[in-house]
Amino acid sequence: MIINLKVNGENIKVEVKEDEYLSETLRKNGYKSIKRGCDKSTCGACTVLVDSQPVLSCSYFSHRAEGKSITTLEGVQAEAEKLGEYIVNEGADQCGFCTPSLALSTIAMKKELDNPTEEDIKHYINGNLCRCTGYEAQMKGIKKYLEVE
Amino acid sequence: MKVLEKKLPDILKVVNQPIPKKDGKKLTTGAAVYTDDLAPADALVVKVLRSQHNFAEILNIDTEKAEKLEGVECILTYKDVPDVRITRAGQTFPEPSPLDWKILDKYVRFIGDEVAVVAAKTQAQADKAMRLIKVDYRVLEPVLDYKTADQSESIVHFEKDCSANYDIGFQPEKNIAAHISFEMGDYEKGFRESDIVLEREYETQATNPAMMEPVTTFTYMDEYNRMTVVSATQVPFHVRRMVANSLDIPMSRVRVKKPRIGGGFGLKQTAASEFFPALVTLKTGKAAKIYYSRKEVFLATTRRHPFVMKVKVGATRDGKIKAFDFETISDTGAYGDHASTVLEACGEKVMAMYNKVDGYRFDGRAVYTNLPSSGAFRGYGKTQGLYAVESIVNELARELGMDSTYLRKKNVIKKGENLLLGTHNDYDDNILRQDSCALDFLIDRGKEMIKWDEYYPGKDMGNGKFRGVGMALSIQASGILNIDSANATLKFNSDGFFTLLISATDMGTGCDTILSQMAAEALQVPLENIVVYSSDTDVTPYDDGSYASSSTYVTGRAVIDASVKIMEKLKKEVSEIFHAEIDEIEYGNGVFACGQEKISISDLGYRLNCKQVMATGSHTCSTEAPPYKSGFALVEVDAETGKVDVLEFAGVVDCGTVINTNLCIVQTQGGILQGIGMALYEDINQDFAGREMNDSFMTYKIPSRKDTPKIMVDFAKSYEPTGPFGAKSIGEVVINAAAPAVIDAIDNAIGIRFRKLPVSPEQVFFALNEKNKRG
Repeated sequence: MIINLKVNGENIKVEVKEDEYLSETLRKNGYKSIKRGCDKSTCGACTVLVDSQPVLSCSYFSHRAEGKSITTLEGVQAEAEKLGEYIVNEGADQCGFCTPSLALSTIAMKKELDNPTEEDIKHYINGNLCRCTGYEAQMKGIKKYLEVE
Repeated sequence: MKVLEKKLPDILKVVNQPIPKKDGKKLTTGAAVYTDDLAPADALVVKVLRSQHNFAEILNIDTEKAEKLEGVECILTYKDVPDVRITRAGQTFPEPSPLDWKILDKYVRFIGDEVAVVAAKTQAQADKAMRLIKVDYRVLEPVLDYKTADQSESIVHFEKDCSANYDIGFQPEKNIAAHISFEMGDYEKGFRESDIVLEREYETQATNPAMMEPVTTFTYMDEYNRMTVVSATQVPFHVRRMVANSLDIPMSRVRVKKPRIGGGFGLKQTAASEFFPALVTLKTGKAAKIYYSRKEVFLATTRRHPFVMKVKVGATRDGKIKAFDFETISDTGAYGDHASTVLEACGEKVMAMYNKVDGYRFDGRAVYTNLPSSGAFRGYGKTQGLYAVESIVNELARELGMDSTYLRKKNVIKKGENLLLGTHNDYDDNILRQDSCALDFLIDRGKEMIKWDEYYPGKDMGNGKFRGVGMALSIQASGILNIDSANATLKFNSDGFFTLLISATDMGTGCDTILSQMAAEALQVPLENIVVYSSDTDVTPYDDGSYASSSTYVTGRAVIDASVKIMEKLKKEVSEIFHAEIDEIEYGNGVFACGQEKISISDLGYRLNCKQVMATGSHTCSTEAPPYKSGFALVEVDAETGKVDVLEFAGVVDCGTVINTNLCIVQTQGGILQGIGMALYEDINQDFAGREMNDSFMTYKIPSRKDTPKIMVDFAKSYEPTGPFGAKSIGEVVINAAAPAVIDAIDNAIGIRFRKLPVSPEQVFFALNEKNKRG
């Protein structure tokens, strides 16, 4: 079937199978910032924003996104660079595989939450797993980006 | 130019700084840099049909229907692979692991073992084809309990053609993959002269490294009809050998490239996904790729060897530790990847810190079972061994009524003393002497950070919650003595910048950056003037790969060697320009001088434009320079629910000079959290039929953000004279000590000692009930 997606502000028509997930559709179309870590919606690496809300694209059927507005990290590069610099300056990028999805969730959080506490931040991005960092240095970078104490 | 001073120079510009990782910007903005991001769009999708039986003989495989499906390119079975057995363990030749594995075999030895390889144009076609393959099995009696595997009538590897490269105690007829034993000093005398002897049994579980990027590879034939393997691997050169041997083609026909790796922690030191697309590409001539599902990562790659350990310690009343005895069985699963070396790594060093004992004995057997294979995982046997040794020393402290930090300080190795290395204590002082060892500082500083004296041993918080503090020590290696080898090549370019070619494999550790820092420091140029590339077996020089905590210490020495060599060559070039002798040329901060005459390194680059100056440096690990760590935990136990919260953890590390201050802190925090995961959450179990019950992040719980305590990190001011700029390793030492410290803290909080990992709330709850019943 053919569906209409609005990806990073650009309208595209893509051919998908009925049982195809959004992570596969988007990666096939070049949005490689979406990573595949678990294929069971448990690690967070495939996060994209659908109508500004973080969604796990590995368990979100592509046809559900018909007519919706999708944001991947490719579409918010300026913010990604800004947050990325804070993360890299803490040494918290490490293997980097979870970072694009963490960045996207954090960018969404910035819009959604005013002046979040450390607990609010942890709650919002708890689904973004990381195995390298122990999370602490990521938190430092994220707080600087959000300009919170 | 002196780069190996006896102490750190006062001014360091690039080394010992919080330098951002060179690949940081591309990683954090989501660039296409990992294996799967780079695979050609038209690569055949490769899938593996896996065994549903623990142990069976394949009688027949009917692939006819599946082969006729649209899009299916080929279906390969054991009849299509060369009759060669290899080990998938990425180790230096001659590999210490038994050669007991074939790409596809007539026998399957665990649920998840490979039965057939399917290649199709799309994933859907490959999945459909897998469902149409019909396999007839003769089911055999599986070996499921490793503790009794050596008495089982069923033999996992009965085939005649499996073998070991040298004596590792390989006895497949008894299901024994390796048997390592040694004695050190007069341990019997030690026990005779002890006032108190404790004997305890400890058990560590199977855990999965669980790096975020699954295992993945793509392959194609290049323009010279050579097999190119692009893979998320820690060991490109070992993969080249393994792929060539298993496919029975010359090594010269194989090229292995490693893009960015999304974490490894040892799992990617064992080849897994490489063979199947390579086989397909060899048969079809077409590009092929495989991407393991998370379930396949859990089932069909490798995990930490489970260990059951019977440990004995003897001591005098006043707290002098006299002797150890250590007996263990480890479960290597269906194949013997890393079986002997994980045992050796456990035995030779975990008791070596207690160098004042009269002696110790170690006896370890790794046994085959019909369960998924074990392999390398950060810590590599020492994590298991230290859990047992540090736990029994803590139990000894309690028995003696002595503060466990005091008992440690009385018995551990001090700077200038010799390591009591189990396997090779005949080595001379230059190898065994610890020129850097700050254990006393690590203990004192950790106590301070966790506020030990305020809590020790524990506190009733009055609200049904109990707090306790606990501690343990850690030791690892910096590379493998007399085995680990590395090379580094420096190329001098126009405008005076250098290309650094290495084959250490940065899997997120940042070794591309820290090795560049070393080159920049040694060559006195800005970091931007070092361009790093790693790795490609056709281009970059030989390196074992990144494992055994070798990249900073071993490859770092090769980088320094290359820097010294290329500087000599550049000075020679300058001397020719100035018509002077080479020793008249001075160099400093990017400028060559000969008397009054000067030329900048940038100008020299242009002057030499047509002449390629390059040098390769080498290093083989020739000293024992282990890093050390202390771990201190503060836990709170909820007596009502049994839940254990680690509130704070302090890790103090002696890794010599800290090359990159940020990256070392983050490595330490990450390692500690993995250790806490091992203590409290992570576990792989089988049901009654030997089926894995933990094969996703839903059922195998790694710590999330909300489980993470405050992790405090500090470093000793330490300098290792044999290390590059005084550095030792950091990667693995940081995971150890976390589990025994947490378990000790639980004991100090509620007076219950757990010996089998992990400790779940249920276990704590029932143990507390039991204790209360007894009063």
